[in-house]
Amino acid sequence: MNDTVHELDVRRLLCPMPVIKTQNRIRTLATGDTLKVVCTDPGALNDIPAWCRINGHEVLETGEQGNEVFVVLRVGEDNGALF
Amino acid sequence: MTEATQPIQRRAIALVSGGLDSMLAVKVMQEQGIEVEGVNFFTGFCVEGHTHAIRKKDQEKQKRNNALWVAEQLGIKLHIVDISEEYKDVVLNPKHGYGAHLNPCLDCKIFMVNQATLMINKARELAGDRGFDFIITGEVIGQRPKSQRKETMPIISQESGADDRLLRPLCARNLPATLPEREGWVDREALYDFSGRNRKPQMALAKRFGLEEFAQPAGGCCFLTDESYSNKLADLWKARNERRYELDDIMLLKVGRHIRPQPHYKLIISREEGENRFLEGYRYQFTSITTVSCPGPLALVDGQFHSDEELAQAAAIVARYSKGRVMDEVTLEIRQPDGVARQVTVAPAHPEAVLPAWNVG
Ligand code: SF4
Repeated sequence: MNDTVHELDVRRLLCPMPVIKTQNRIRTLATGDTLKVVCTDPGALNDIPAWCRINGHEVLETGEQGNEVFVVLRVGEDNGALF
Repeated sequence: MTEATQPIQRRAIALVSGGLDSMLAVKVMQEQGIEVEGVNFFTGFCVEGHTHAIRKKDQEKQKRNNALWVAEQLGIKLHIVDISEEYKDVVLNPKHGYGAHLNPCLDCKIFMVNQATLMINKARELAGDRGFDFIITGEVIGQRPKSQRKETMPIISQESGADDRLLRPLCARNLPATLPEREGWVDREALYDFSGRNRKPQMALAKRFGLEEFAQPAGGCCFLTDESYSNKLADLWKARNERRYELDDIMLLKVGRHIRPQPHYKLIISREEGENRFLEGYRYQFTSITTVSCPGPLALVDGQFHSDEELAQAAAIVARYSKGRVMDEVTLEIRQPDGVARQVTVAPAHPEAVLPAWNVG
């Protein structure tokens, strides 16, 4: 198990950019890595988990903090690096 | 038992827009045992970006991202690619021209299929048979007057570089056989021959697949097919004396009431809570106007005021769209991007004083 939590700051970006940035970051990570994505567009709370379900990544936690929302996920088997 | 050689699992990349046609195209392939993954391109003009950015939290259900939703229904992976920068050249210099508005549909299709071709080439290079063999789209001959005609289909295949690796499962039987058909990866007889604007065949197929819920975009898949949106984009180019745009410009054209009282400045006035929140995010880039003495909209100023009279005129227009429109006076705050603010008190503009010609869109 790898305990480092990678962070991705996509504050002020509008959907679908937070999803795209998450996807691109995951391509650089390894299976089992943990990534915390921090956003300001509340739509990301829907879209990032949906994108994770589709592509086989596990959502560990989602939440809101003031004007911000965050998603914590664990990278699945295929990080999509083929693209 | 002898070991039979396993047939290679053929794989396709599907252009997924979020509409019904691409959904059906994927289903038809899945039915033939093809493994499909989806790709969705973000151009900046997509309807998704808009609906998401300005949606209210409690409306999340209706305003989902259709491409993601469709991928989940189909059980396929979805790659979303940001092409907004490269796409500018498609919008600004379409070799094949525009459709009814500023929609460069044919060039757009060629560009997207080309991007998908580059993706499958790269994947084949990296992963061989675990890569992708061909591309599918939900195109139907005759569906769109400009881009989806029988003559344009080979143009898209050739100019994109996909050639015979581009298969349109919904109208393939009206077109020459492609590589997947000739190689027997897919059965041409089990593909379709849809053509024309009649949507009944698609509806029947959707029913057969048990698809009950799907998005049916009226015009096209993006804002460029929208007349009012195209007018706003043309106005932007005219005001700047040049045809160019940044991502923020085209996002802002999706939101609010656009009023241009002078050639050198335009007001973008929010019409509801969601738009308000959306515009809020741009207050560090634009001068903004808000009402102080009563509830009212948030307005961004795109351009510069040449005098205090113009500033007062702008404030009066914003006041006219506030709760204080019936008052004698409304106090507003004009804030620069750096946070420096000043207040003005003006009489709200008369409805007739906001000339119809100022309305952009
Ligand atoms: S409607 Fe927009 S996204 Fe769709 S083909 Fe035309 S230009 Fe491209």
